Amino acid sequence: MERKKIILILCGHFEQSVIDRISADILNFFYFPLEVKECTLNLTSFYNPTRRQYDANLLINAVSELSSPDAIKTISLFRVDLFIPILTYVFGQSMLNGSTGIVSLYRLRNELYGLEQDNHLLIERFRKVIIHELGHAFGLIHCHNPVCIMRSSTYVEDLDQKEMDFCMKCRTELDKRLDINSI
Amino acid sequence: MTEKKVSILVVDDEESVRDSLYNWFIDDGYAVECAENAKQALTMLEARDFDIILADIKMPGMDGMEMHRRIKILKKEPIFIIMTAFASVDTAVQALKNGAYDYVTKPFDPDDLSHLIRNAASHVTLEAENKSLKDRITTLEDVDDLIGESEAMQQVLREVESVAQSNSSVIVTGESGTGKELIARAIHANSPRKYFPLISVHCGALSESLLESELFGHEKGAFTGATFNRKGRFEMADGGTIFLDEIGTISPKMQIELLRVLETRSFVRVGGNKEISSDFRVICATNRDLKSMVDNGTFREDLYYRLNVVNIRIPPLRERVEDIPLLINHFIRKYCKSMSRDLIAVEPAALKHLQELEYPGNVRELENMIERAIVIGNGKEIRLNDLPMGKEVMSSSIESLDDLERKHISSILDKYNWNISRASKALNVDRATLYNKIKKYDLKKGSR
Repeated sequence: MERKKIILILCGHFEQSVIDRISADILNFFYFPLEVKECTLNLTSFYNPTRRQYDANLLINAVSELSSPDAIKTISLFRVDLFIPILTYVFGQSMLNGSTGIVSLYRLRNELYGLEQDNHLLIERFRKVIIHELGHAFGLIHCHNPVCIMRSSTYVEDLDQKEMDFCMKCRTELDKRLDINSI
Repeated sequence: MTEKKVSILVVDDEESVRDSLYNWFIDDGYAVECAENAKQALTMLEARDFDIILADIKMPGMDGMEMHRRIKILKKEPIFIIMTAFASVDTAVQALKNGAYDYVTKPFDPDDLSHLIRNAASHVTLEAENKSLKDRITTLEDVDDLIGESEAMQQVLREVESVAQSNSSVIVTGESGTGKELIARAIHANSPRKYFPLISVHCGALSESLLESELFGHEKGAFTGATFNRKGRFEMADGGTIFLDEIGTISPKMQIELLRVLETRSFVRVGGNKEISSDFRVICATNRDLKSMVDNGTFREDLYYRLNVVNIRIPPLRERVEDIPLLINHFIRKYCKSMSRDLIAVEPAALKHLQELEYPGNVRELENMIERAIVIGNGKEIRLNDLPMGKEVMSSSIESLDDLERKHISSILDKYNWNISRASKALNVDRATLYNKIKKYDLKKGSR
């Protein structure tokens, strides 16, 4: 039987070096092989002109259609401003124990907050949100440890405070869940 | 112990709002349920409680404000948060006037929502802690182990009740095992000082210097091993009660120090120079005859009168045998519960035997017998065989408890060839206590 994999769907242009870093992170933290796919969605149908943002709930449903049967989880990367009806914005969205997650680079940029552009910091934040959302998809809830990657982040500064790693408790829980998922 | 999750009920007619909030709160580790209208939410609330309710103000049928009013009729008190798409100050004011915890406008800023729910959850946790503490205080007030319908015990309970409200010093006298500490607890728990600590000190178990440091505290470096500042028991009892057990054992020097503290309510820590004041009530206990000790000069008269404002004498068990069946039932309930067993009965012959015993160790002895009988018994009833008989009956040549203690300590010391460490371990007391007892009974190697 072929081993399940994590599918990474790119909705927008991302530099190969960024994709390579993300691929390495996913393999490092979740051990599953990775397959990168290009997105074929037309994003205009997810655009909400009143809020001038893209509906993350609709996108997550659409992305799950693009997945393949051998995918254990699918994570899709965007460069647009995401929202869900009750929140003014989201960095990313995924279902607890679900199969799909989405993450956007848009709100992670320093320029949005009147600060100097910092590509290094941007990529680091992006990687943290991707791992965080995949953590939820594998069943992890928010962690109270201030430096754990599973800590809830509502501002970019929160993201910067976290480390690019799970705390011992979340790591142990994730390992248990990865074992179950790999059977 | 597993921490109980804070529960949230989301009430909104829009599916996307319900789903989004459900996912958001589940990720944060809350227990979440959703209702699509007020009617469904009220039905859910009749079946179970929720800690926090987040309800949309505009819903078809019953709106959020009306739902809140009906929740209050149900005598439920969850934290109620109103959600609305219309940022109207009037609605917010009205919601808060009706007792809502807070008010949020859709769409929420993720950070505001996080803060709001975190604050509400900590409010829930604080309320639960507050309730649990109040329950504990109520349990204390009951002081369950004070059992007795005999006139002698009823008199003691009346005295406890009348003395509790005052601030007077109390001496509780009675043989060992009669429950002197329980009486002290009952006085404290029914007094205006009950929300402050009850601090117990077993004076007989400590040497003079240890007792001094224990009662008054010490400053860092006051003596070898004093590596940090330490509060004394008088300081810890500020606002509450200090219970000095075995007061008859304290040395003449400590009697003077204690008298000074009782007169001034202030003291200096060992090795310190700062006067510390403390507001405490004193309850003492002793199984000795303090008046005789005053007469023969081993206990200071002024201290005796300072302590002996009220004297409560607890009768020994042999003077209230009619309480024995009640006590047996109480201890059966207590130990069956703590051992998670079904309640058991007492065989008539065993009950008769228990009522005929002398109980030199009083209620404590009876309690230990019942506990032992439950542990070794058949789990259905306490039989005569489960009770200590014949060989364990006390020797009639021993008159007083002091005699009994002296002989027992002497025999254990001989058994271990006067090895103090091994003997104190066998007696389950510390070395200092054993040395004190040796001094007290003037025991010498080979002098048995």
